[in-house]
Amino acid sequence: MRILLTLTVWFGLLLASAASAQSLEDLARQLPEGSFNDRAEVVAKIGATGDDRAVGLLNALGEGELRVREADGAVIQVKGRGSKAVGYDPLTGDELGPVGSGSTESIRVNNSLRRAVRAAIGLLTLSSPDAGKRLAAANTAFAAPDPEQIEALDTAIAKEGDAAVRTAMEQARAAAVLASDAPGAEKVAAIGIVARRGGTDALTVLNPYRGDADAPVAEAADKAIAGIERAQQLWNVGQNVWFGLSLGSVLLLAAVGLAITFGVMGVINMAHGELIMIGAYTTYVTQQVIRTSFPGLFDWSLLIAAPLAFLVAGAIGVAIERFIVRFLYGRALETLLATWGVSLILQQLVRTFFGPSNREVGNPSWMSGAFPLGGLSITWNRFYIVIFAVAIFVGLLLLLKRTLFGLQMRAVTQNRPMASEMGIRTARVDALTFGLGAGIAGLAGVALSQIDNVSPNLGQSYIIDSFLVVVFGGAGNLWGTFAAAFTLGVANKFMEPFVGAVLAKILILVFIILFIQKRPRGLFPTRGRAVEG
Amino acid sequence: MASTSFIDRRLGVFLALLAVVTVGVPLANTALSPESGLHVPTYMLSLIGKYLCYALLAVALDLVWGYCGILSLGHGAFFALGGYAMGMHLMRQIGSRGAYGNPVLPDFMVFLGYEKLPWFWHGFDMFWFACLMVLLAPGLLAFVFGWFAFRSRVTGVYLSIITQAMTYALLLAFFRNEMGFGGNNGLTDFKDVLGFSLSSDGTRVTLFVLSALALGGGLLVGRWITMTKFGKVLVGVRDAESRTRFLGYRVEQFKLFVFTVSAMMAGVAGALYVPQVGIINPGEFSPANSIEIVIWVALGGRGTLVGAALGALIVVAAKSWLTSAFPDAWLYALGLMFILVTIFLPQGVLGLIEKLGRGRREQPEPEAVEAEA
Repeated sequence: MRILLTLTVWFGLLLASAASAQSLEDLARQLPEGSFNDRAEVVAKIGATGDDRAVGLLNALGEGELRVREADGAVIQVKGRGSKAVGYDPLTGDELGPVGSGSTESIRVNNSLRRAVRAAIGLLTLSSPDAGKRLAAANTAFAAPDPEQIEALDTAIAKEGDAAVRTAMEQARAAAVLASDAPGAEKVAAIGIVARRGGTDALTVLNPYRGDADAPVAEAADKAIAGIERAQQLWNVGQNVWFGLSLGSVLLLAAVGLAITFGVMGVINMAHGELIMIGAYTTYVTQQVIRTSFPGLFDWSLLIAAPLAFLVAGAIGVAIERFIVRFLYGRALETLLATWGVSLILQQLVRTFFGPSNREVGNPSWMSGAFPLGGLSITWNRFYIVIFAVAIFVGLLLLLKRTLFGLQMRAVTQNRPMASEMGIRTARVDALTFGLGAGIAGLAGVALSQIDNVSPNLGQSYIIDSFLVVVFGGAGNLWGTFAAAFTLGVANKFMEPFVGAVLAKILILVFIILFIQKRPRGLFPTRGRAVEG
Repeated sequence: MASTSFIDRRLGVFLALLAVVTVGVPLANTALSPESGLHVPTYMLSLIGKYLCYALLAVALDLVWGYCGILSLGHGAFFALGGYAMGMHLMRQIGSRGAYGNPVLPDFMVFLGYEKLPWFWHGFDMFWFACLMVLLAPGLLAFVFGWFAFRSRVTGVYLSIITQAMTYALLLAFFRNEMGFGGNNGLTDFKDVLGFSLSSDGTRVTLFVLSALALGGGLLVGRWITMTKFGKVLVGVRDAESRTRFLGYRVEQFKLFVFTVSAMMAGVAGALYVPQVGIINPGEFSPANSIEIVIWVALGGRGTLVGAALGALIVVAAKSWLTSAFPDAWLYALGLMFILVTIFLPQGVLGLIEKLGRGRREQPEPEAVEAEA
């Protein structure tokens, strides 16, 4: 209520001053005249004009560059010294030619006048038509609280239409009130406003008042600081969770295809990483074609690349199954050798066609930048990758549980001879299942191309993690893979601040080794007779 | 049935060939003049010595994989640990001849600002201690790891994956400078061993002969283990673990013993490898290296010991030749080799050779070494 009243009063004053407003040019001419106090009033009036040109004029005054030309008494801005001195019109910035020494006299400024200048400039930027500039001005005022600016802020708050900017201005005003010699009760109220802002800069503003001579103020400051620190800890936890989810989604993407080929089919597919790499290169080629032929479609490039990557990697997967893996069913460990061979060949093929160096895959505009969420800043690409990973997981789950193909696939992996008796073409199902796992690896490649280097070695960095995730979750169980990916991701990110990235990773590996001792078949083991097969 | 004599035909032939190489190559290096067509230059001698170390490593893996069904993807780590143990001794031998001239601290420690020697570096100035560590470091790791894993009945793929996790964790750990093992540069700039300069021909010949003897010894130890009743139980574990357990054998103890012995053998291979190559770095822990060892064994012929050694020699020799002759085609060739051997030669190259031999002589089928994964 109080604030509202002050605002109304100020608003009225503002209208009154506007009525008697003189032009900026007139005011500028008055600058050299009178005592320092008179001139401070002129400066305040200049600030109140809200004229854009006034900022340059006041800056020049503050810098001591404003001088009076003796010939005609005009106020000009002089840059440079001695023979290099050049005159400018302080309002328009037009060059007026060289200024001879002795032809001008400086307009002197003292500290109180400088303060008036600063306050007026603050007021001017606070009334800028650009909301971004007003917000920046309010934030600057908050970071460097100055009691002189209270009035300027009050004026600006009264005029402000944008809610976010007004909040920032009110916080800046509260910070200024704290720095002033206002009564204790007012200061306590101000602390409340500042505390609501939260974050490190609010802490910086509040910290000096912990030991304030006024006991209620000191107490309020202590409480506010404790509250902000608690909130910050919570946000830190939130940030670790987010980073963990982000890492978990990458692990899930990398592992979910393997959960099919290794988890469900039992093939130790060492070429899985290379199928991810193929997906990433498919994205690269798609973007190249779009860049050269259809530049307007660039924002759609990932959506176009995704089905292509699925098909390319899936086709390679079907080929691997038909020509190699097919002969090795029942010899699980030997599939490791053959698919390792495949991975070497795929790596070298990519190296032959695309060269050994990194290829640049661009971010579409909707995946660039970040958005704030409370105290967190979340990058769009990480955000979409989490969504994408979960979407693929859900899609795969539906495919397995709700479609005929999924039914046949489960039948074949659970009891091959019986499925065959029932008329399922097991060989075809095998090929398609492997192709599905490979295709999903390709999709993962599309997403990972956004956050990782696209090079022939891309796959190798994911293969070990993928196997660990699937084994940790329990082979043959998609939910296990899901839980394992996010558990490992979050655990990793929570340890990182304490022990560093490498040690965190080592600890995770040791943890998995120990965990497997306790639960030799992972988090969610497959049960039943098929297990011993 | 094949002959059950201790040294059967295939081992006899291989040992004879090995003996010829052991004597012949050093002779061709030292006795023949460099102009002679049969002269073996010293770098070639060391190269073959390196191959022999790899062959010993393959024999070590075959002992656990071929005979006991434990597909370890961590043997590269045991090899590297043995190598590091030897490398640490060689580092201490440099003494004050390093770039910084510190009589106690190796160069990298001076560089990283160490004040004194970390506790685990003590004792490595003594050769016997280093030799003990070559056996103990990998042996102890294998014992502890195996003790947990076999007791919890972690088998098959799960065991493979956690051995891979182990070597990967060690890779990351040894890359850290804080570990005190030289970070990613590893240990290098070795000068001499037991007072003999590592760059002299005589030392190199000695190391070569030692490698060959170690390979022969490894084969004999492996043969002895697999010939005894103990070895028969191992094969039982490989082919039907549950049945062997129901017959009253403590399966985990058999596995643990052979796993530990095999790790020590890999450690010896690493220890002989390091002075001949002149460097050991964390790259040796890379999971890809461990997979390559598996490939050697599979290519040569699993469960034959001799085949494993043969496979290692074939692959690493082909690798050296192809990487220099056709650098781009090398990975294609290696990849194809793995695929074709797995599909068409489940018995490996040794199986093929013996099949061809049998075809000529019309002999009865020898003991099958078919293994179920």
